[in-house]
Amino acid sequence: MIMETLTLGKSLNLGLRRAMEDDSKVLIMGEDVGKLGGVFRITDGLQKDFGDERVIDTPLAEAGIVGTAIGLALRGYRPVVEIQFDGFVYPAYDQIVCQVAKFHYRSRGKVSLPMVIRIPFGGGIGAVEHHSESPEAYFSHTAGLKVVACSNPSDAYWMIQQAIASDDPIIFFEPKRRYWEKGEVDTAAPLSSAYPLHSSRVLRSGTDATLLAYGPMVRTCLDAATAAAEDGRNLEVIDLRTLSPLDMAPVFESVRKTGRAVVVHEAPGNIGLGAEVAARISEECFYSLEAPVLRVTGYDIPYPASRVEEEFLPDLDRVLEAVDRSFGF
Amino acid sequence: MTKVERAAARRGGKRSGPPEPEFVQLLTPEGERVSHPDYSVDFTDDELRGLYRDLVTVRKLDAEATALQRQGELGIWASLLGQEAAQVGSGRALRKQDMAFPTYREHGVLYCRNIDPIMPLGLFRGVDQGGWDPVAHRFNMYTIVIGAQTLHATGYAMGIVKDGKVGDDDETSEAVIAYFGDGATSQGDVNEAFIFGSVYNAPIVFFCQNNQYAISEPLERQTRIPLYQRAAGFGFPGIRVDGNDVLATYAVTRAALDNARHGQGPTLIEAYTYRMGAHTTSDDPTRYRVASEVEAWQAKDPIVRMRKLLEKQGIADEAFFAAVDEQAKVEAVALRERVLSMPDPDPATMFDHVYPNGSPLIDKQRAEFESYHASFEGSH
Ligand SMILES: Cc1ncc(C[n+]2csc(CCOP(=O)(O)OP(=O)(O)O)c2C)c(N)n1
Repeated sequence: MIMETLTLGKSLNLGLRRAMEDDSKVLIMGEDVGKLGGVFRITDGLQKDFGDERVIDTPLAEAGIVGTAIGLALRGYRPVVEIQFDGFVYPAYDQIVCQVAKFHYRSRGKVSLPMVIRIPFGGGIGAVEHHSESPEAYFSHTAGLKVVACSNPSDAYWMIQQAIASDDPIIFFEPKRRYWEKGEVDTAAPLSSAYPLHSSRVLRSGTDATLLAYGPMVRTCLDAATAAAEDGRNLEVIDLRTLSPLDMAPVFESVRKTGRAVVVHEAPGNIGLGAEVAARISEECFYSLEAPVLRVTGYDIPYPASRVEEEFLPDLDRVLEAVDRSFGF
Repeated sequence: MTKVERAAARRGGKRSGPPEPEFVQLLTPEGERVSHPDYSVDFTDDELRGLYRDLVTVRKLDAEATALQRQGELGIWASLLGQEAAQVGSGRALRKQDMAFPTYREHGVLYCRNIDPIMPLGLFRGVDQGGWDPVAHRFNMYTIVIGAQTLHATGYAMGIVKDGKVGDDDETSEAVIAYFGDGATSQGDVNEAFIFGSVYNAPIVFFCQNNQYAISEPLERQTRIPLYQRAAGFGFPGIRVDGNDVLATYAVTRAALDNARHGQGPTLIEAYTYRMGAHTTSDDPTRYRVASEVEAWQAKDPIVRMRKLLEKQGIADEAFFAAVDEQAKVEAVALRERVLSMPDPDPATMFDHVYPNGSPLIDKQRAEFESYHASFEGSH
């Protein structure tokens, strides 16, 4: 075991590096990913070491980036594309939902597109519009895509490698406001020993209520659980990790135990992932529930100006307030 | 040359390419007035002094905004440093009735449209989303998604045709200008705008400020041919102008807008210029460009050459230059003071203006939000 303390951003960088070393077909593509190392420096140093044939600064064209990555994947490459910010994935939306998602199905399984589309997502960094969005529901709604979100350095390091190794096209969400948070990563372990990609994970066990989150909100929920513990409430926290397909088995198990669930995400609540999770819990765990499944989400408004974004984003207080409400039933 | 060498030479083509591009120029970096067969315009002394004043003021306000960002008063700032002539020249070429569609860097054009320069600072400070009246000022909101506004501009221009506002009268016929960068030319939207503009013969000027970089990526990551030549493939004229020459930029833009309003369809103008600063305040240009390149462009500064011209023609003296500087400073100080006193918005206003006709969902969330916050009253 070689435990290193790394930021989430650096873990992604090392994960990409290792994937490129392990497989010469892995390519990195995107705007500013080469010399600059990406605006968040996630690809820092990779072009220097792997050359500009493998780490490709592309024209400023998202449909072009994803569309050509499809062609490269058809030629046997494994492109990992970077979308600079969540709000800029939409020019490529058509290519992703109409093409990437459907090649395998349309070819009756003869073609697969082993590509990863990395998207830094979510708010909390004081940015201007289009730089803080949570578009995960659009992609989770599309059959043929797999959607995951990492929340901590160790997962970031492993999940990016697993996503690259997977033959499924994967939308890989990175919680941009957690890029600078540190954690322990065992960088020497074999990839095969990593926690399976498409599975949710209990990060903190508890008995009184279950908090469900992914990406940036996992940290918020862990903090809320710590705060609740001081008040004598013992909360279980589950990192969903995989948004499509959802891995509900650990969630059902937890809710059967606690009887209460609160789903937390930054994206607006209306027709969002929280709605899906809540519906599935009520279908499966109806007789175990002590209260309706509650949601704490962003409001159903465009992402607001940054000076009020803290009011938009679910925080520890709003999570605890929802837990209180759950106990009020 | 082997095949591999030829391929490498092609890829590295930029370095062996022509040193200076062909472009329309009316004022050299040395401050010499030169002529061009197609673009002879006469500026009165007053107009020349006015253009100089605009350039200086716009640069000063921009520098103030950069300073405010450094002091934590703005979240981010996209500076126009180096691009003043391209913006003032084209901005002053607009007639009152024309409509402009900017990106996020067109503070100089915004200034020419008589919009309070505090407006974009609210956006970059994070207290609002911009907030000027695009219709009243005939200057659309800033657009951050690269290239999107070129289609809006084209559609607007198509509307002008439908309204019968294309014609011979310079004072009532309308035209549209769409601003975008060199990087934006790679976007599908921009290419689609070229197609719509062309096939509907829309009264639009596509104004590309080629400042040589899209964040870190140099021009050759977007194109293998000079950008203005792209227009030919879409069926309308393209022209390159010295973007650091305010006189040429004005002349070329005025002509293209007038052609458009007279029913002659689109023009692509490539204003050949340079971004002297960082892409935005969160960028690190030392990672991707060398100091000598920046220095070379410094010698082509748009303000210095205009000042030389005014001196040579004897139409401005020290007192004039000092007065312009002083006035710009006063405006910058006023801007600073107003930014510092710009309050954070009332959080409940984030629920405003989501829908023109309101929405029960938003109403409910606003009510919940307000009662949730009221529950904290007095708890601190
Ligand atoms: C669709 C989209 N993709 C990516 C970005 C992120 N981004 C902001 S500015 C920029 C570079 C723009 O370059 P250019 O068009 O040359 O204009 P400049 O900023 O140089 O004036 C990029 C990639 C964006 N705003 N929109």
